[in-house]
Amino acid sequence: MSTLFFLLGLPLAGTVALALNGHRRFAPELNIAFSSGTFLAAAALTARVVAAGPLYAMEREFHIDALNVFLVALTAFVALTTAIFSRPYMRVKLEHGRMTPKRLRLYHSMYQLFSFTMLLALTTNNMGFLWVAMEAATLATVLLVSVYRTAASLEAAWKYFILCGVGIAQALFGTVLLYMAAERAGAGADGALLWTHLDAIKTSLDPRIMALAFAFLFVGYGTKVGLVPVHNWLPDAHAEGPTPVSAVLSGLLLNVALYAVLRCKVLTDGALGPGLAGQMMMAFGLLSVVVAAFFLSRQRDVKRMFAYSSIEHMGLATFAFGVGGPIATFAGLLHMTVHSLIKSALFFAVGHAAQHAGTQVMSEIRGLVRVNPTVGWGMMLGALAILGMPPFGVFASEFLILTTTMREQPWATPFLLVALGVAFAAVFKRVQPMVFGETELKPLPHPPALIPVFLHLGLGLMLGLYIPPYLEGWYREAARMVAG
Amino acid sequence: MTGLTQQLIDLFAALLLLLAFAMLAQRRILSLIHLYTLQGAVLVAAAAVMGYATRQPHLYVSAGVTLALKVFLIPSLLHRVINRLNVRWDLEMLINVPTTLIAGIVLVIFAFYLAAPIAGLAASIARGTLGIALACILLSFMMMITRSKAVPQVIGFLAMENGLFFAATAATYGMPMVVELGIALDVLVGILILGVFMFQIREQFDSLDIRHLEKLKDD
Repeated sequence: MSTLFFLLGLPLAGTVALALNGHRRFAPELNIAFSSGTFLAAAALTARVVAAGPLYAMEREFHIDALNVFLVALTAFVALTTAIFSRPYMRVKLEHGRMTPKRLRLYHSMYQLFSFTMLLALTTNNMGFLWVAMEAATLATVLLVSVYRTAASLEAAWKYFILCGVGIAQALFGTVLLYMAAERAGAGADGALLWTHLDAIKTSLDPRIMALAFAFLFVGYGTKVGLVPVHNWLPDAHAEGPTPVSAVLSGLLLNVALYAVLRCKVLTDGALGPGLAGQMMMAFGLLSVVVAAFFLSRQRDVKRMFAYSSIEHMGLATFAFGVGGPIATFAGLLHMTVHSLIKSALFFAVGHAAQHAGTQVMSEIRGLVRVNPTVGWGMMLGALAILGMPPFGVFASEFLILTTTMREQPWATPFLLVALGVAFAAVFKRVQPMVFGETELKPLPHPPALIPVFLHLGLGLMLGLYIPPYLEGWYREAARMVAG
Repeated sequence: MTGLTQQLIDLFAALLLLLAFAMLAQRRILSLIHLYTLQGAVLVAAAAVMGYATRQPHLYVSAGVTLALKVFLIPSLLHRVINRLNVRWDLEMLINVPTTLIAGIVLVIFAFYLAAPIAGLAASIARGTLGIALACILLSFMMMITRSKAVPQVIGFLAMENGLFFAATAATYGMPMVVELGIALDVLVGILILGVFMFQIREQFDSLDIRHLEKLKDD
């Protein structure tokens, strides 16, 4: 209870504190301090859940179980490392004049608000609050994406707002239908939107209402996952916003949106039996993987390219959850974790690289290993990891997903293999000359923060080689909850 | 008594649908804001009548919040934005009005088709209006697609939220109070941000035509 209070209270306090002090010299350190506090609270909460099992708080309005606890820990961790990365990054932007003290204040404050909304979405037990938190996250990130106030960033933010606003409105209609189904199944007004309560009565939810509800919820939250064909906001928002924002969008927001879909899937499967939800997730997941892989090869902007790679990986995870069963679901959860770690590490490296080169256009970024070997190697290793090279964690999860697909849904295997192959060729062809090759790039005025990059890559590597038993226990428990 | 309230709710639902069509056909921004205000007022009336008929006090509260937010606060904000930006006319539509209206009718039929099997399952006295609520949502969605200016797009977004609010009232007598307050807060903050955005877009492009916002393409 008290750890949960700190987990949600600290980022909220940080929002206020940084709204007042975000322009001062010590603001980045303050941002890191609040994020560290949140991470400590998340770690303490995780330890409690590992020791004592699922817990409730505030009259069951909050609920921590195996499915959300690892995402809480991951979210708090990536939010902390991104805050560390953003310190030198934003100093450079301040000197270039892209950021002003006023914008920096907005940026820091919204960064904390964004962590708050993510953690609220993860820990709440109320499907209504889940919606409110997701919408609030959209609002906070819209301001983060448009923080440079350039024409392109305004366009990206407007598109993001309108598309995600429309999407999330569909999810609200789905939530209304869910509430209607719950009332009909005899849930009292107070408990009718509590997920644990819905989970207990899921077999008596009306299947006709739940089928329609899931369609709306899936379209709604799927927009925020970045699934094709409602993905258009994602590359723009990633490319035009500051790089720390790209890192948290890919690393956190997409995961939390997929988590919302999973919660809805569990209820729908309970009401309808496995089928509809899984088929929809497989279809749109596979479509996202294939479309994103082919768009990857056409990109010239480095952040856009990795944004499409995020669509591809979220599609793969969605597909895995659609296939269902304990192994594919386990692989999907693992894939969410390693993708989040490695993609944010990649964005850290890309952010520094783009600052070295003064551009995000890939053909003008050359020879990073010569000017800054750690950034260069960070990018190379990150790219190899995200492409699914062993021994990184993405290899393990993709291998599991592929082998399960061959057994359960053999028709999908060729599509997945071709898409992964195309993505590999496209990304590797672009990254190789950026890292090696001749260069005239200049060093940066502030030393880049590289600990986050290698910390994330190290964890991604560890998850590929060895999953600690308690972590494996979580994944199994969470997979059991999702797969039923 | 129930017969009368039933008829009143049906009347309000029909008015909402009519207003949604009127917004779809309206070219003037000022009239759009008036229509939006009117839609908010109808929503308030519908929620209040339903509160009276079912003796659910929280429906009065949500009617009060809607009154403050959608009849007074948001329209006045919109008026201020268009006065400051001096955009009163919206002459351009991407598709002409008759075509838009015909497409709108198709959408309404589709909405009724979707809602028909489940509408009878709702416990609420307003269950028959679920199809209308879904139709209002889809019509507002279409309005957002067919407009090329920022302000009408935002009004379309707000009208869609009205449709959702009506859906919630029709299907379940509204969401739990705290959730409803959370949604209202999100909408309010959202409209403030969009307002700020409009000034920034105007500053950048000297126009509120969102067709300027089509530079980011994949090539």
